[in-house]
Amino acid sequence: MDENKINKPRTMPIQSATFSGSVNAEIRRAAATGIYDIRGGGAKRKVPHFDDLLFLGASMSRYPLEGYREKCETSVILGTRHAKNPIELDIPITIAGMSFGALSGPAKEALGRGATMAGTSTTTGDGGMTEEERGHSEKLVYQYLPSRYGMNPDDLRRCDAIEVVVGQGAKPGGGGMLLGQKISDRVAKMRDLPTGIDQRSACRHPDWTGPDDLEIKILELREITNWEKPIYVKVGGARPYFDTTLAVKAGADVVVVDGMQGGTAATQDVFIEHVGQPTLACIRPAVQALQDLGMHREVQLVISGGIRTGADVAKALALGADAVSIGSAAMIALGDNDPRWEADYNALGTTAGAYDDWHEGNDPAGITTQDTKLMARFDPIDGGRRLRNYLKVMSLEAQTIARACGKNHVLNLEPEDLCALTIEAAAMARVPLSGTDWIPGREKF
Amino acid sequence: MQIFDLEDRGLRALNQTLHDQANDTNQTSWEIINPRGSHAIAVGLDAPIEVKIKGSTGYYCGGMNKQADILVEGSVGPGVAENMMSGTVVIEGDASQYAGATGRGGLLVIKGNASSRCGISMKGINIVVHGNIGHMSAFMAQSGNLVVLGDAGDALGDSLYEAQLFVRGTVKSLGADCVKKEMRAEHIALLQNLLDMAGADASPKEFTRYGSARQLYHFDIDNTGAY
Repeated sequence: MDENKINKPRTMPIQSATFSGSVNAEIRRAAATGIYDIRGGGAKRKVPHFDDLLFLGASMSRYPLEGYREKCETSVILGTRHAKNPIELDIPITIAGMSFGALSGPAKEALGRGATMAGTSTTTGDGGMTEEERGHSEKLVYQYLPSRYGMNPDDLRRCDAIEVVVGQGAKPGGGGMLLGQKISDRVAKMRDLPTGIDQRSACRHPDWTGPDDLEIKILELREITNWEKPIYVKVGGARPYFDTTLAVKAGADVVVVDGMQGGTAATQDVFIEHVGQPTLACIRPAVQALQDLGMHREVQLVISGGIRTGADVAKALALGADAVSIGSAAMIALGDNDPRWEADYNALGTTAGAYDDWHEGNDPAGITTQDTKLMARFDPIDGGRRLRNYLKVMSLEAQTIARACGKNHVLNLEPEDLCALTIEAAAMARVPLSGTDWIPGREKF
Repeated sequence: MQIFDLEDRGLRALNQTLHDQANDTNQTSWEIINPRGSHAIAVGLDAPIEVKIKGSTGYYCGGMNKQADILVEGSVGPGVAENMMSGTVVIEGDASQYAGATGRGGLLVIKGNASSRCGISMKGINIVVHGNIGHMSAFMAQSGNLVVLGDAGDALGDSLYEAQLFVRGTVKSLGADCVKKEMRAEHIALLQNLLDMAGADASPKEFTRYGSARQLYHFDIDNTGAY
């Protein structure tokens, strides 16, 4: 080769930040297949989150409680506004709705076992109530969804609360699609549809539109169940102030706000990553709405979307939530994306921790599948025990923080116990930026 | 006959009273007076009783009905007999939107007209409308039968699954994946039975059957124009 060419200074190859490797790969994938990327889970992009908040702990003006000695309560009651039989939970962490169909029967059983041992509730999903979860869940929330798959008055009467799902954080404004690979005979029968077809879940309810109609729908549900059951209204993290206000106006006992990190069984990646707001941005507007209505603590607020640790729980409660709900974290506790199945994940073209093609039904961990061979890999008793352990650890962590802040109940945590590491988190959580007394958008700098 | 004055005793007392009727009740015949368009009348019933409502109702009359035979001597608001499981609901007048939505069984008869989205997401219910139905009726209808003696509005049976639609009059337009189908002997027999049960004076041979072309059962990029 010409010596001049070898030694001539050259511009170093620079990858585009805009057209990154992953972006280009997605363009090529779309061009080759003609279909948008469908996946499970919640937003994977980095957004301001609970990690951007810190507790201040006790100091001269606050005294702490003794760990392991002085009591710090974790119990919470949901549904005190109208229901004859509110739900009493030992811990402020509930299990979010995940459908039978998206999850296997044994996985639903494990969620019920774990939640019951930990003293909390689990939730059905799009596809109806199974005997596995009713039988193993001491407290079961029955979702009332747009598709109404499997909906019936007998299950309404044997649930412990009803959750009217208006939206979810992964896809506010979107419905669902359960692909044919997971539509076994049992799933199809519960949904009144042919086996093996792609099943669409509607994005809005078939018999009501808007908050005025919802008020009447809630009246109907209360009348059918003789006003016994708490009625939750779940919304995606879209317009949390107004959504919470309207849910309360419609008669909700409990409002569930699910941020964009909240998972789904399957929807378009573009939807997950580009529609909805981060969980952290949803809490204070929702709390503000309740406070403006004089309903804070009378209508309970449940926050979900990316809750992973007791610290996340404590932060959500400190910002004004009454409880949190977990879905993705519960699945990981059961064994989802466990590195023990790395070779199987590799065979599917992915790796443990990144596997999100739950809709295809090939889950190596046997959780998001209806394949009997894969399902056999999952032990619901062991899974339930793992979930129980995880919930207990989260509760202990939240208690540890609450005691350090001098609180004898985790619900006594307050925004004044927090500061933020970033301007964005300070603005969203409405707590001061660390080292300052500045709350962006709220007070003068 | 038990007379229940809704204006006097209120909705909660009405539904609780009707819920308290067990399968072996001897109070099998109820008449509700002064409904005055109230919502959620006679919802969640689960006993073989007859309920006659003397007047028009609001939303969700007869919602989630099981076993009971409900007659409305008037018109009904949105969502009549929504998610009905069994029994019958008969409306002497007209019905608003979403009549029989997501119904899973039983028979809904509307002697007048039904508005838009009649039979939306129906899951096994039989619906017979003596008059016309509005647009987007039988949207995403999964199973069961919708019989219309009059005309159907726009986008009938859009994104239909396995429900069967029988229309005697005209159809303004068919929705995505809904097509005209052959009336075979079994359909004639089925329709005759439904017409008889609904007290409808019509011949099955006057009807056209519509059903799913099943082209949208699996997602295909070449079908996106249909969505």
